[in-house]
Amino acid sequence: MATQQPVQRKQRRNWRKLWGQFLVEASLFFLVLLWTIPTLGIFISSFRTPWDIQTSGWWTVLPHREWQVVEEFPKPENIDPDGVMEIAGVVGTFEAFRQGIETPDGRRIIWIGNKRLGKIQIQELRWTMRTDFTLDNYRAVLGGKTFELKAPDGSTFTVQGDNLIGAFLNSLTVAVPSTVIPILIAAFAAYGFAWMNFPGRRLLFILVVALLVVPLQIALVPILQDYVKLNLNGTFLAVWLAHTGFGLPLATYLLFNYIRSLPRDILESAFIDGASHFTIFTRLVLPLSVPALASFAIFQFLWVWNDYLVALVFIGAKPDVQVLTMRIAEMVGSRGNDWHLLTAGAFVSMVLPLIVFFSLQRYFVRGLLAGSVKG
Amino acid sequence: MSAQSKTRKTPLDWLVATFGRLAVSIVVPVVIFGVMILGFQWLRAQTPSSNAQKALLSLVAIVWGVGGVALLYVVMNFVVESLPPRLMRLLQPYVFVGPAMAILGWYLALPTLRTFWISLHDRTGERFVGLANYVAVFTERAMFEAFRNNLLWILFGATFTVAFGLMIAVLADRSRFENIAKSLIFMPMAISMVGAGVIWNFVYEVRDVNSPQIGLLNAIVVALGGEPQAWTALVQPWNNLFLIVVMIWMQTGFAMVIFSAAIKGIPDELLEAARVDGANELQVFFRIMLPYISGTIITVLTTVVIFALKIFDIVQVMTGGQFGTHVIATQFYRQAFTNQNKGYASAIAIVLLITVIPVMIYNLRHFSEEEAF
Repeated sequence: MATQQPVQRKQRRNWRKLWGQFLVEASLFFLVLLWTIPTLGIFISSFRTPWDIQTSGWWTVLPHREWQVVEEFPKPENIDPDGVMEIAGVVGTFEAFRQGIETPDGRRIIWIGNKRLGKIQIQELRWTMRTDFTLDNYRAVLGGKTFELKAPDGSTFTVQGDNLIGAFLNSLTVAVPSTVIPILIAAFAAYGFAWMNFPGRRLLFILVVALLVVPLQIALVPILQDYVKLNLNGTFLAVWLAHTGFGLPLATYLLFNYIRSLPRDILESAFIDGASHFTIFTRLVLPLSVPALASFAIFQFLWVWNDYLVALVFIGAKPDVQVLTMRIAEMVGSRGNDWHLLTAGAFVSMVLPLIVFFSLQRYFVRGLLAGSVKG
Repeated sequence: MSAQSKTRKTPLDWLVATFGRLAVSIVVPVVIFGVMILGFQWLRAQTPSSNAQKALLSLVAIVWGVGGVALLYVVMNFVVESLPPRLMRLLQPYVFVGPAMAILGWYLALPTLRTFWISLHDRTGERFVGLANYVAVFTERAMFEAFRNNLLWILFGATFTVAFGLMIAVLADRSRFENIAKSLIFMPMAISMVGAGVIWNFVYEVRDVNSPQIGLLNAIVVALGGEPQAWTALVQPWNNLFLIVVMIWMQTGFAMVIFSAAIKGIPDELLEAARVDGANELQVFFRIMLPYISGTIITVLTTVVIFALKIFDIVQVMTGGQFGTHVIATQFYRQAFTNQNKGYASAIAIVLLITVIPVMIYNLRHFSEEEAF
């Protein structure tokens, strides 16, 4: 008795532990599913034919049971569609047949078409998958020229391609300098604040901290006025500078925290050896700060690549410099129901950030942590 | 070298050397600056006829831009280092922080004042109207709707983001699949809000009652015996919640990552001690974990609230502000660039700025406490 009790209790505890672990994994799995399914939906849809997308949910690519035609014949001559009739051993009205009447043996008799020229289908529930995949959607959105699409009835029609390749290049042209330039400028400033003494140092840094949370909407109207005056509007330079300005406070703040924490004696011994600030910065501090630079670079790159507002305001209606987000947003407006194009387009815009994100996630997380714990 | 330095310098030599140096330090920057401007004009004049040409031009533009900025620092430093040592020591810090400060001044600090000034004028920017724009902002129905919606975004968006983030962080911490689960939940952060808008528009897609539903949500509703709905155009203001879901979906990953790091920072002894004393897991969570990471929760909450306050892309792409879904930022955009009423738009921007001032003050106070500057 005295020896059995602990054993029993231990067993019970083990059971509870297992059950708890199962609950944890199950609820986590459910949440992960909830979070990934929307993206999975457009990813799968982007490979489906326009006809499939319009007539069935994307989840029908998975095995599911669906009514499939077993037999089809014209409506029998000898029946009266206005009354109760018997077709293939089933009795019902026209309305009932239009809806489909299920028989006990698992079939469905259904009337296709109108009363005069109808057809009768005998259907059966069968396991099936809609796996008619295509790359046409991507061809259509990527190219700039006209593109031929096949309608389900076999006819072809041409549509104007969306030239997302061009927009992709524009996004790249905007995003790379908009990432590198603020980091370079911020790194110089961070070094200045961390390792140099000058009048106004504290005041200027307080300005940086104060500007951390200023919404960029505050700047759009006056900066646009400046750009119009300088005739900079619609140029890449205009967008680079804007992203630089809006990204600088956080970049300076983060890099300052990092550069200030570099070991003092390394820098001091470099000074004693007669190195100038510029040499120390380029030869010593920049290489040592690579982790912090990388963290912020990923952060800023994703931000700029995904930006819509800044591009919308400063690039405006110039189609040859429009970035991906603008083109996609435009497609939502003009082709809101062409889901085969929208899904493919959305995915084109997501490819690069997703690659960057998954391959450099560690640095990204580090940057986020540094940015949020303080700011 | 040594022979040269022994020869006495005549005043003429000194003059030539100084002027030479001065000339070089003026000529070099001017030449480089000129080349940069020519490069800009050349790039601007190009009209690529194919994507291959465009790719090449993009590359040139990137090199021009990034190289130009790097060159700027090299040249400025060259000029400053050729000055007499005392002057150099005085000026060099400004070579380092100057450009950053100039850009911050131009793009954020001054615009705050300029926007305020513009907000005191009418739509043309010529007639001074005092606070009339602010009166309009706080009395017009459309703006009331925007404020109400932003409040919904903050209330529901921030609450659910933090709640889900915390829940997932705690669950993942105990799971064997922690890394993959966290990666997948985090993924929406890499997607643009425009892309997210497309993704969720597709989830909410509605079809005629008689045809098969291709939107996931309506398919589920129909399968459960309900009627398909146009979710984002539904009963106002609750249709906003379907837009807010998109933000929760995107930001939960951020909250989760921060919370996850904070939870891992809780000393194991603390948790073990509580468990040994007979606390169950819920008690451990509410009595130990939550108080321990309360600081982090506030930080995340602040970040998400600011995010919700500035929300623009999601609304603009998904509904364009129709069906009573306008928010402050979309109204700002509409007034500034569709209606061309700069004064009114500026007033909206200033209101937006005022709402984040508490956070700004908190940041500044935090900074002056923490840093031994």
